[in-house]
Amino acid sequence: MADIDRELDESGAQVSKRTHGERRRGDGGLHPGVQAILDQFPDASAEVRSYASSDVTYAAIDVPVTDWVDFAVAARDGGFDTFIDLAAVDHFRDGPRYEVALNLLDTEAGQRLIASTRVPYDDPTVPSVTGVFAGANFYEREAYDLIGVDFPGHPDLTRILLPDDWEGHPLRKDYDVGAVPVEFKAGSRDL
Amino acid sequence: MTDTTNPDTADVDAAPEEAVGGDAPAIEGDAAPTDAPAGGTTADERRRLHDIWVSGTEERFPFSSATDEGAQELLPRGQEPGLAAQEGVLVDDDYLTDPDVIDDERQVINMGPQHPSTHGVLRLQLELEGETVRRVKPIVGYLHTGMEKTAETLNYSQGATNVTRMDYLAPFHNELAFSLATEQLLGIDVPPRADAIRVLMTELNRVSSHLLWAATMGMDIGALSMMIYGWREREVCLDFFEKTTGLRMNHNYIRPGGVAADLPDGWEDDIESLISAVEGGIAEYEELLNENPIFLDRTMGVGVILPEECKQYGVTGPIARASGLTWDLRKAMPYCGIDQYEFDVPTGLHGDVHDRYLVRMEEIRQSLRIVRQVVESMPAGDYRSPDPKVTPPPRKRIDESMEALIHHFKLFTEGILVPPGTAYQSVEGPRGELGCYLVSKGGARPWRMHWRAPSFAAVQALPAMMTDSLVADVVAALASADPVLGDVDR
Repeated sequence: MADIDRELDESGAQVSKRTHGERRRGDGGLHPGVQAILDQFPDASAEVRSYASSDVTYAAIDVPVTDWVDFAVAARDGGFDTFIDLAAVDHFRDGPRYEVALNLLDTEAGQRLIASTRVPYDDPTVPSVTGVFAGANFYEREAYDLIGVDFPGHPDLTRILLPDDWEGHPLRKDYDVGAVPVEFKAGSRDL
Repeated sequence: MTDTTNPDTADVDAAPEEAVGGDAPAIEGDAAPTDAPAGGTTADERRRLHDIWVSGTEERFPFSSATDEGAQELLPRGQEPGLAAQEGVLVDDDYLTDPDVIDDERQVINMGPQHPSTHGVLRLQLELEGETVRRVKPIVGYLHTGMEKTAETLNYSQGATNVTRMDYLAPFHNELAFSLATEQLLGIDVPPRADAIRVLMTELNRVSSHLLWAATMGMDIGALSMMIYGWREREVCLDFFEKTTGLRMNHNYIRPGGVAADLPDGWEDDIESLISAVEGGIAEYEELLNENPIFLDRTMGVGVILPEECKQYGVTGPIARASGLTWDLRKAMPYCGIDQYEFDVPTGLHGDVHDRYLVRMEEIRQSLRIVRQVVESMPAGDYRSPDPKVTPPPRKRIDESMEALIHHFKLFTEGILVPPGTAYQSVEGPRGELGCYLVSKGGARPWRMHWRAPSFAAVQALPAMMTDSLVADVVAALASADPVLGDVDR
């Protein structure tokens, strides 16, 4: 599997057939299990992506925020019962500002599904999926802590990585990286 | 710290407003919870003056004020969503389950963040009833250094330097996940030799990580000789890492487009002596531990987690496999052509500490088996991608070719330019699925880098392992979960 796209050129060095910047897409289309879940949600759209240097694919699905919890339930009941990850992204001025991505595995079929939803700046609210996957607890707290997405329905939505009295949400794009100036006192005194 | 939690009044008194689900906190700025009750009682002032807990103030006194916990307190029992699971409905390692115990006999103590057996700065709030742990709340964040934010200011060539410091016991796996995610966005392949070197280094890293785990686990449950021996064999692995990459940890060796350098001369012999040293070491450990009645008593039936709980909490890797799940990303979603090597995925039956020990020991053997196959079948050729937009030209080409000079200049001033897109790439780290979620908007720096850290999920699942067991078993369960706090807090 590893050397499907490779060949030797005249000098014996390996070259890649594919050119720079070309994304590899899965050819096989959606896995039937993912398609069955997707069919229940007419507003959702799916894309098949493939891992680096590999033909193994995963499904990336855009879900409207109104279907978020229903989608999680449908995915869990459709075999994607292993919670893996919940990530939040601040897209700033590129479309609706915040994205929340839910990463699930079907360990029987060996399939991965990444469902994501976008919410606007003035209403960064995504319903919590802690009732569907208990493991979303810490991850939603992290997303709330660092990006500032609100998850109504979460049992304990507090900061998790930062101190409780921290102001702002550092992984937002309008949160400055900042720096602490370092003073070399001994050096400046001598010079 | 002692306090009483009366279920009748706790809902009213000790509930921070944030804990109520539908009651959304304000997002910007004022999200910090207030921890002192309004008004300020005499007891509260006394506490503030002396900064200690004052006896006789237990009544109507929430934990948040008594311990400066802020929002990081145990939820009132009525609002605890996972309480049914925590109270041992699913686990079968319960020591004592008597629901009619008077609440006065419960006390909350902190274990960590400076406790030696918490492997760093993990803090556990334990609700105890005598020696029995009734509830556990893991509190993390003491090692948070904002690496995901830092990554947004570093270009893709610098990124590997940053991510290698996250899970500092598995630096190669971090670098590999980051590099593969970048390559997924770029849409490039790396030469077979680079793939083979990556497999070689990550599998050796799994060996060294599991050896360190065996050492610290032995220390935690009282098998002190195990600790000396584990570090000894790990040192052999680190010596090879140092010879190859120049550094014992935080290597920055696996980079987008390949690896930083070829393997050193005579590496086959080094690997050969490494394999025999580690295999000899494992045989020694098993002689020490496998029939040791104290070790068996401390580990068997302790810290049980069921496969369903693993799936719910996102627990992967050796913990999930010890519970009987056969999931291994190297088999299910192979990366770097690891599927061309033969190896087995060990699984356990009971999901307890002992099975995790057995699974990890067998994983060391299987990793060495992969390493041996890599040595036999190491392909010749370049160890970096031939793509000039990713790999800098050799020094000699710069003198000969204007184009090479331009590529060199652009790569080291601007960095690798990555097309817009979103990529998720996961590798099977020593602790489970290690995933890198990378968002690019074009340009030389990631727009957002999120890490799916296996230790984060394992720490979250600690209550399921520990509840209704003894305090001593908490230490054993924590050791068996193998959390690396650099990985948890990032």
